[in-house]
Amino acid sequence: MSLAHRIIPCLDTDGERVVKGVNFVGLRDAGDPVALAARYNAEGADELVLLDIAASRDRRPTFLETIRRVAAELAIPLTAGGGIRTLEDGRAVVRAGADKVTVNTAAVERPALISELSREFGAQAVVLAIDAKRAGDHWDVMVRGGRESASRDAVEWARMGIAAGAGEILLTSVDRDGTQSGFDVTLTAAISRAVTVPVIASGGAKLPGHFVEIFLDGEADAALAASIFHDEVQSIRTLKEFLASSGVEVRLPC
Amino acid sequence: MKITILDYGAGNVPSVERALQRLGAESHRTTSPECISKAEALLLPGVGHYAALVRALDEKHLRAPLMDAIHRGVPFLGICLGLQVLFKSSEEASELRGLNLLPGIVSALPPNVKLPHMGWNQLEKKRESSLLAGIDAGAYFYFAHSYASLDSNDAAATCSHGAEFAAVVEQRNIFAVQFHPEKSGEPGARILQNFLRLAA
Repeated sequence: MSLAHRIIPCLDTDGERVVKGVNFVGLRDAGDPVALAARYNAEGADELVLLDIAASRDRRPTFLETIRRVAAELAIPLTAGGGIRTLEDGRAVVRAGADKVTVNTAAVERPALISELSREFGAQAVVLAIDAKRAGDHWDVMVRGGRESASRDAVEWARMGIAAGAGEILLTSVDRDGTQSGFDVTLTAAISRAVTVPVIASGGAKLPGHFVEIFLDGEADAALAASIFHDEVQSIRTLKEFLASSGVEVRLPC
Repeated sequence: MKITILDYGAGNVPSVERALQRLGAESHRTTSPECISKAEALLLPGVGHYAALVRALDEKHLRAPLMDAIHRGVPFLGICLGLQVLFKSSEEASELRGLNLLPGIVSALPPNVKLPHMGWNQLEKKRESSLLAGIDAGAYFYFAHSYASLDSNDAAATCSHGAEFAAVVEQRNIFAVQFHPEKSGEPGARILQNFLRLAA
């Protein structure tokens, strides 16, 4: 009896529709977030992440409406974010029905944002998203959708973010994202060993073996993927059965 | 019967409402002492900081009517912080007093494991439990917390993460769970259904 490893589908949206792309560019439509959320909830997803990757101010009400509609379908936790810059932005997302708020670029620019959200909603509701890219012997934090370097060491930033009040790290490998060549095990293990909070690994998943690897060698507490679930390359149910047979503790759907 | 939800400003009230709606139960939120006094069944949800909940109970003058209602035998369900506040106090804010309806205090989970304890975990049943009626022994529930009642002798069921802690508490009309039934899929819905039946 112990904490199960989590499988988390991610819905990247333009506020309203699910979109997908490789290495954060070349986006195309991948479906209706409400229908996908209902499917994942039924298939045994452990949580759902809903992101507004356009994060434009004018479209914010549309995204909040999407959160409300998605949350109505779920009997599992929902994390939402994308463009969260202020405590007020975070409040709006929580009020719309999210259990956790994820922050990224704005937190790099102003780490106090993490503390503000953590004080109001608790550390368990603040997910620090870190987009990391290999730079020589370390990993650089990337911002603005993975396009710009923040000239900051990812391991250091993870530690700082937790000290500021983040209760979980959503770690995306910019090098692996969209490549379907497997999670970045080295990066994930480095961050997971450096921090005291759960780490969600993201970027590069395709095969069931990639998930086994990231849990057993990458020391991830949860693994996130998007297009392989949307396109039904992987069903969550079959993936979890494979993980269980490989000795990874998971919550098997009924 | 209508469930009265104490809405002290926690983020998860809509998810609790939706979960009750799915079961066909009527609920309404309140921050009014009068509504608590008239309640047929009470639900105290909670996420966030212990201090925020205790301060809200005092600032909104909800402590006395809540205690009266529980003493009168009104069925009560506490979720997460709503369980923790039943004890005398919590290490998360040791200067504040809890409701002191259950013996012992709430402590930090040990730092030899990743915290918060976040995700799906299983229970160990310690005695007959009305809340757990009809639920498989291996069922998983969603937890998200860093503090817990480690003195779990009176618990109906426990869970372990670094240490064993109270996961389900049942005492007369007081029911409480450390996990989030409103986020725990089918078994979570069954917990809420069982409470509705007990309260009816």
